[in-house]
Amino acid sequence: MGSQHLDFTANVTEALADRQLRANFKSALTGLMKKRVAVLPDAAERERMRDDAEAAKRKALAKLPELLERLERKCTENGIIVHWAETTAEANEIILGIMRSHDATKLVKGKSMVSEEMHLNHFLETHGMEALETDLGEFIIQLNHEPPSHIIVPAVHKNRQQVGRIFADNLEGIPYTDVVEELNAIARKTLREKFRTGHVGLSGVNFAVAETGTLVLVENEGNGRMCTTVPPVHVAVMGLEKVVESLSDLPPLLRLLTASATGQLVTTYVNCITSPRKDGERDGPKEIHLVILDNGRSRMLADAQLRRTLQCIRCGTCLNHCPVYIRIGGHAYGSVYPGPIGKILTPQIDGLADKGVLATASSLCNACEEVCPVRIPIPGIIRRMRTEAYDEKGDGVVKGHGAKKNLLETLVWKGWELTYRIPALNRFVVSMLGRFGDKLPNVGPLKAWTSVRTAPRFAPKSLHQLAKEEGIRHE
Amino acid sequence: MAHTFTYPRDVKTVYYFGTCLVDMSFPQAGMAGIHLLRRAGVEVVFPQEQSCCGQPAYNSGFLEEARAVARAQIKAFSRADWPIVVPSGSCAGMMRHHYPEMFANDPEYFDVRKFSERIFELGDFLHNALHVRYEDKGKPVKVTWHSSCHAMREMGATAAAKALIGQLSNVELVEIEREYECCGFGGTFSIKQPEISAAMVADKIEDIRATGASAILSGDCGCLMNIGGAMEHKGVPVAPRHLAEFIWERING
Repeated sequence: MGSQHLDFTANVTEALADRQLRANFKSALTGLMKKRVAVLPDAAERERMRDDAEAAKRKALAKLPELLERLERKCTENGIIVHWAETTAEANEIILGIMRSHDATKLVKGKSMVSEEMHLNHFLETHGMEALETDLGEFIIQLNHEPPSHIIVPAVHKNRQQVGRIFADNLEGIPYTDVVEELNAIARKTLREKFRTGHVGLSGVNFAVAETGTLVLVENEGNGRMCTTVPPVHVAVMGLEKVVESLSDLPPLLRLLTASATGQLVTTYVNCITSPRKDGERDGPKEIHLVILDNGRSRMLADAQLRRTLQCIRCGTCLNHCPVYIRIGGHAYGSVYPGPIGKILTPQIDGLADKGVLATASSLCNACEEVCPVRIPIPGIIRRMRTEAYDEKGDGVVKGHGAKKNLLETLVWKGWELTYRIPALNRFVVSMLGRFGDKLPNVGPLKAWTSVRTAPRFAPKSLHQLAKEEGIRHE
Repeated sequence: MAHTFTYPRDVKTVYYFGTCLVDMSFPQAGMAGIHLLRRAGVEVVFPQEQSCCGQPAYNSGFLEEARAVARAQIKAFSRADWPIVVPSGSCAGMMRHHYPEMFANDPEYFDVRKFSERIFELGDFLHNALHVRYEDKGKPVKVTWHSSCHAMREMGATAAAKALIGQLSNVELVEIEREYECCGFGGTFSIKQPEISAAMVADKIEDIRATGASAILSGDCGCLMNIGGAMEHKGVPVAPRHLAEFIWERING
């Protein structure tokens, strides 16, 4: 699905010019940052939990093939039907097949980023199926025909007035209101009917426990529980990195997921799904399917550094803390996964040729790494994306490695190396800059710099010279 | 990243790594750092073969060039095992944390690690290793402080800088809103993504202006060049000053 062309620069220009958008993001994300600290007030405790959460995910990734097999075995024992999909196209076909086998045409969806990655809604619509988002944020943006702009709060770019307008314009007989309680009531009433008449329910998976074959799903609105219990068939979709070994791995992961994502101690609902309705039981789906998607993940798993991308639990806190994301919002990234995690995940899934540009959109400030609940070294992997994009040594492994290789930049950096490796050349260049630096033509990088700044100044005497003149010992 | 460094005791001699940016554009800030170290009774050695930590290439995807330049620095500071003091949190972070990463799969890894453990940020070193005491001789002034991201997140040097400023009795430090947020420099980021960088520095300037301070202090000349250049372009009358230069002037009246 990486074929769509991304004009990142145009997206950035448009996003930065939208004052309402910037105000919405700044206000919402500042709030989320404060809530996170409020529920994790003790720094030492927080760091201990991060250690545990990271360890649980790294342990799982270290024996992922074995855990996936165990998960399949346990799920099958429990009556859950497991499907494997190497590509998103395969995953889409599996879900379409399940729907067709039940003569189903209506899918009610809980929030699932993997289904976004699959572009499932679009796929189903082209096959005459209806896919309805039931997470409030997803519901809002689906009505407005937009993709999510955040992985946890998909409609974060809209304020309540904008939501009121979307409801009034798209839902029959609904007058405009911007009262939050009324907006919630409208969504609830509309969605209840959809749950009742949906043929198949779809959900994501936050954690799949290999030990017990349990699918864990956290949510706040109850729509996830509705999707997984009301329709007769439940389909869960997950990336293959979602498996953890045992139930005892969950406490730090759950605690940090909800704290990092929404600043909650615990979500309203924590669903643990282990089997379909059994004989004599009165509710629950009659059939549960689990679709496990690869889509480039096993390629990440094969590399010790890139593997750490798969530790992600999709809490979205790196987005909330990113000075770039806060300013340009999610849509500018032109990808399902925006923000810092998107800068490392998207190029690996869609390839560096199409999405390598995302890795340039970071000042490497390390704010993401500082808050990541599972300690993904995001800045280091962003650097890796940049290195792979040029692939100087020809040993790249990321899809599209070497896509940005070009003679000009190669020569510039070779010249830079010589200047800073050879002391005599360094002295010469620095003294030339001191003499003629103010006469540099205002083109290229300097032009970009001086659009909002005065040009850098070069001192007539370098620190090397001043230190020497003052008699500072130089061995 | 761990910030708990072991500081050397009874320091007699230190190496000084001036950084490429200070060398070219802010040599007075570099000299002020040397003066502050000497005032604390420490002999300063400035190897003339030094140049740049290599971060520009490292962060831009040119690892081989970065490694070649890093090797040249390691060699330039190899004649003694004195601490290496750096008037920049960002360059210090590069040499302290990223050199071992760059050479993780090379035979020289253990030598590189030994080199990296000798790296200290200037303000942090003055405060935590040399325990300097300053007497302010300047007029009352209101300033604000900007930590570079790497001074804050890689070198944990913010508290030391503020403690040093706190010793200056006539200096009122007003903290900036969103102090934790990047100024938008990011090396080649500022020219690869000029619009995002411009939006970041514009917001930073507004936060600085709101403090009512007459100077913005920082331990990193990269941020100062970005913030200072943008303030000058916009006509914001706040002076960008390196911490070392500011302190040196205050204690000399």
